[in-house]
Amino acid sequence: MTQTENSVQDHASEAADSAVVRVLAPDGSLAPSAAAEPYLEIIESLSDAELEGFYRDMVVIRAFDRQATNLQRQGQLALWPPSLGQEAAQVGSVRAARPQDHIFPSYREHVVARIRGVDVVDIIRVMRGLTHGGWDPTDPRNGNTHIYTLVLGSQTLHATGLAMGLVFDGKCGTGDPERDEAVVVYYGDGASSQGDVHEAMVFAASYNTPEVFFLQNNQWAISVPVATQSRSPLHKRGEGYGMPSIPIDGNDVLASYAVTRVALEEARSGAGPRAIEALTYRMGAHTTSDDPTKYRTSDEELSWVRRDPIARMRAFLEARGASSDFFTDVDAEADAVAEDTRVRTMQLDGIPRNLMFDHVYSEPHPLVDEQRQWLADYEASFEEGTS
Amino acid sequence: MTAAPGTAAATAAADEAGIENLPISRALNAGMRRALAENDRVLLMGEDIGRLGGVFRVTEGLQAEFGERRVLDTPLAESGIVGTAIGLAMAGFRPVCEIQFDGFVFPAFDQITSQLAKFTNRHEGALQMPVVIRIPYGGHIGAIEHHQESPEAYFTHTPGLRVVSPSTSNDAYWMIQDAIASADPVIFLEPKSKYWQKGEVDTRARALPLHASRLVRRGTDVTLVGHGAMVTTLLQAAALAESEGTSCEVIDLRSLSPVDYGPILDSVRRTGRMVYAQEAPGFTSLGSEVAATVMERAFYALEAPVLRVSGFDAPFPPAKLEGAFLPDADRVLEAVDRVLAY
Repeated sequence: MTQTENSVQDHASEAADSAVVRVLAPDGSLAPSAAAEPYLEIIESLSDAELEGFYRDMVVIRAFDRQATNLQRQGQLALWPPSLGQEAAQVGSVRAARPQDHIFPSYREHVVARIRGVDVVDIIRVMRGLTHGGWDPTDPRNGNTHIYTLVLGSQTLHATGLAMGLVFDGKCGTGDPERDEAVVVYYGDGASSQGDVHEAMVFAASYNTPEVFFLQNNQWAISVPVATQSRSPLHKRGEGYGMPSIPIDGNDVLASYAVTRVALEEARSGAGPRAIEALTYRMGAHTTSDDPTKYRTSDEELSWVRRDPIARMRAFLEARGASSDFFTDVDAEADAVAEDTRVRTMQLDGIPRNLMFDHVYSEPHPLVDEQRQWLADYEASFEEGTS
Repeated sequence: MTAAPGTAAATAAADEAGIENLPISRALNAGMRRALAENDRVLLMGEDIGRLGGVFRVTEGLQAEFGERRVLDTPLAESGIVGTAIGLAMAGFRPVCEIQFDGFVFPAFDQITSQLAKFTNRHEGALQMPVVIRIPYGGHIGAIEHHQESPEAYFTHTPGLRVVSPSTSNDAYWMIQDAIASADPVIFLEPKSKYWQKGEVDTRARALPLHASRLVRRGTDVTLVGHGAMVTTLLQAAALAESEGTSCEVIDLRSLSPVDYGPILDSVRRTGRMVYAQEAPGFTSLGSEVAATVMERAFYALEAPVLRVSGFDAPFPPAKLEGAFLPDADRVLEAVDRVLAY
């Protein structure tokens, strides 16, 4: 047996370990692991509306994500990074954040952005080649959600710097949970190998930032398995930097919600940074340019279909007595969001040429001004020629 | 009056007189002190800059005066310093990062070129990045590898960054304040071999805006252009040339991006000849860019091609060879002779 195979097995057994916080079994039954005990009170306090809301979030984004994937296949987008399979980790964690918290996604957190108020078509605009950013994180409508970062792990430092600013400005640890702010930063198992993630954890620990490092371990960094990234479970990395670090079943939306909520409350209160490793699975391709059949087996993929986060939550809600009307209604909303996405994507057109010059600098810059003028004159010369 | 130069007492005293005689390192210190005092969102951050005052003592005394929340001794991680500075700028701060030596900036290269430089553009103007990155740069201090480099071309090649370098105490004092006041990221290259070079600082008013080049010596035969420590070398070369009957004009570039071509073109149109000198290797360098632009814009005024004097296109050598690697006044004069021979 090779070292890699051995490590994969170790990780599998780790995932099954009772240290992992899991509330719902894959079949949707309430079967809390030992590590979930401290969180059960939070879960029991959730209303039917909140629980159904989690399900609705997941179903709607999956429909949107499928639509975006289809749009790419039809040549409408340059690329799409699907979030298929990671809905529970994302919905639970972001629903645990307060409005005043700051969210730093990586580039697959479509439902995180949507829940915070970002128009999902703004994500589409990025992938259609109309903008690099997509939305304005300072616009209150976007819920303090920062834009996607494509260089893996870079955003963990930006999140940590902003969290340092919260410390310096006394915006955490005041004891007022309505006012105290925190930061959630998302990254993945591949990014966990980047130096920036390590430096972010060093700075976060040094300055005792109000910050939750939320790692979605979806098992694959494109074609490289997590075992190649680490010989030990990734959540242990956080402990190495001196921050409490908790592994959760990332396909259990209730575990994701409860653990993130506690971590954020602790961080906001001034107790310092926290790390969460959500064990989940990228059920689709890395992006629409990827072909997972080249590096993983259908047996593996099927084993994760049986742990599907949406089916799990649906079974749980059905057992609690959710009405069939509710599920019909959610499906209808999902269809409507997907259709609206298609319609509005097809209407997206036009990009002002000056966009590339206008914000290179905030203050005037002679070279940029000169080139903007040159291009305008150059194009005007053709118009003159035809008139 | 015996207050130590550059201290609060000396600065207060100088505010009345308006003139202080300070080495560049103290002028930078005084400029940063003023920026810290005038705007409580200004932060200094870097390795060893607080208790120690920086390995060159440029930030000496500032942590004692402004506290550990304004002058941060950071962990030893350059990418971490710049990356967290970006986040602090998002939170409304104006971070001034010190990179300890030129050759240590590269671990932060991604955060500078892919993140900091592009942030405002990526956000379509919604976020500004008023971040200064101070880098002691250049040779002539006899140091070991990674401690004597001139990395300016990497940054001047990157849209979104401004790059400047003072050569005098007065410029050091004002340019650091103007860099901190800029809404854009500024790479601030400090000529470390001149940290101890004294000069007059007029604390009452700035002489020039941040991005202006400056005529520092009048002449009629050849225009010499450079920045940072090289300006001293060009002035030495001009003095030697004068004793041989050649009159050299000297221009201090000051701003490496954007370049203020006005004074350079004015000068070349009068002299018809130009030599650009720099410590950095010559291939695809600032000298290449300025030479090409001058030839495009002043072609009919030129009596000879613009010549460049550079460090060689080899890694910076062991210090015992730096005298042969770095352009000195004689190498500048050799180019002056060649440009006059056309």
